[in-house]
Amino acid sequence: MSKNKEDLQALMDQIPDNLFVKCPICKENFYNKKLGIYKVCPNCGFGFRLGADERIKLTCDKFKPIDEDVVAPERFLNDKKYAGKLEKSKKVTNLNESVQTGIAKIGDQEFGLGVMDWRFIMGSLGTATGEKLARLFEKCTKKGLPVVVFSCSGGARMQEGIHSLMQMAKVSQAVSDHAAKGLLYISVLTDPTTGGVTASYAMEGDINLSEPHTLIGFAGRRVIEKTIQQRPPKDFQRAETLLKNGFLDAIIKRSDMKSVLAKLLAWN
Amino acid sequence: MTKAYDRVLAARSADKISIQNLVAGITEDFMELHGDHAYGDDPAVYAGIGTIGGEPVTITSIQKGNNTDENIKRHFGSAEPDGYRKALRLMKQAEKFNRPIINLINTPGAYPGVDAEYKGQGYMIAQSIIQGLKLSVPYISVIVGEGGSGGALALAVGDTVWAFENSVYSILSPEGYATILWKDSSKAADAAEQMQLTPKDLLSNEIIDKIVPEVNDSESMQNFKNALIDKINELKKLPKEELLAKRHARYRKFN
Repeated sequence: MSKNKEDLQALMDQIPDNLFVKCPICKENFYNKKLGIYKVCPNCGFGFRLGADERIKLTCDKFKPIDEDVVAPERFLNDKKYAGKLEKSKKVTNLNESVQTGIAKIGDQEFGLGVMDWRFIMGSLGTATGEKLARLFEKCTKKGLPVVVFSCSGGARMQEGIHSLMQMAKVSQAVSDHAAKGLLYISVLTDPTTGGVTASYAMEGDINLSEPHTLIGFAGRRVIEKTIQQRPPKDFQRAETLLKNGFLDAIIKRSDMKSVLAKLLAWN
Repeated sequence: MTKAYDRVLAARSADKISIQNLVAGITEDFMELHGDHAYGDDPAVYAGIGTIGGEPVTITSIQKGNNTDENIKRHFGSAEPDGYRKALRLMKQAEKFNRPIINLINTPGAYPGVDAEYKGQGYMIAQSIIQGLKLSVPYISVIVGEGGSGGALALAVGDTVWAFENSVYSILSPEGYATILWKDSSKAADAAEQMQLTPKDLLSNEIIDKIVPEVNDSESMQNFKNALIDKINELKKLPKEELLAKRHARYRKFN
């Protein structure tokens, strides 16, 4: 290596990684500081994925977690690979499951809040995820509180098989009981919301909201490509398309989400 | 070949009784009713009213075709949102007229197509589940062949779920499972073994409540019909609150 090249390499090594980020939607490259506290693409407004803790901070003034002791049932842990994934996810997220639930406040307005975390096995819907969500709705039904759930999920959790599918029914009936008491449920579908979560509680809100360019779908793009032997249009599972087709009430910029929720909670 | 995968193949077998023949066998005078009264009429969902043991019931089903042409029309038994909307419309009608509901299921899963996504596949399955759970009439589901994922669950949230001897009920196909978890679809047989998708496994996990002997002649048809009549009579005796409370407990226990 020539002296010049060595100098250059030394200089390059001083540049921290991930200084520049690329927006997966508009492909624009920008300095990571430009993401700001909301972690939003400065060019197209796409919201980068947030952990449950970050989302909770941006969404409410106070938050008290509940049911933190609910974890995946023992019977699934014989699968060592799965048990390892659970442990790793717990460390990364500091959560015991793919959803954090609790009682939140924006100003004086109290409500139940559930936030799914994509870092926990892709936010998949496991038995304990379903249990935490069902308990959140049940608690809020008893207390007469509205519920807001931020979904972010690849769908049902493969490792728990058919038991994961049953969570779709279990959570749905808790949503239904909550609704029967005349209580509000706002579902916020965040990037990505797919599979069994789209096909259950994420699409059962009185009001279904999303963020710009969020991926929302039931079937995976690759499965569809294989079935129809052609590539679907680029925007076909994006929030803007679902809004146009009538499945979302509104697309809200991340920086406006808290004030919009405050308004909707106060009205209902 | 593993035992569980044999069951998968038997569930998919072309020799499996068609839903239409099954409906004709258990009802005396079935009349098909079409359409979702909103947009379309999905041929994958076969539904209508007929009498069984002298009592009118609503039957909704997801069916494969009897030949290639029919299969293409029915997407090999994969319903679109219109189909779920049709089924839900007729189930709600059943509730209005206090008629029991029988759902017969043979589907590899909801149809994965661009149009199906545009028309809200996820939304319609969600609505079938949340509204179906609260229908205040006896609601019996039978997995006849394949019970594929959310597309099957949409019609299986009632008071009792049965499965034919040669049937499977799972979160996705064993091929899909092997692809996602092991990046190798050829390991489908191993996947089937692990997925606990056979009627015996499903029964021991309380996902289903009864295994129905395969219907392949007039005697087994009559037995199936009698079992349905008995169950309907049993469920009809329950006051509505109790019926719904028992159903609630059935789904609440999955923790």
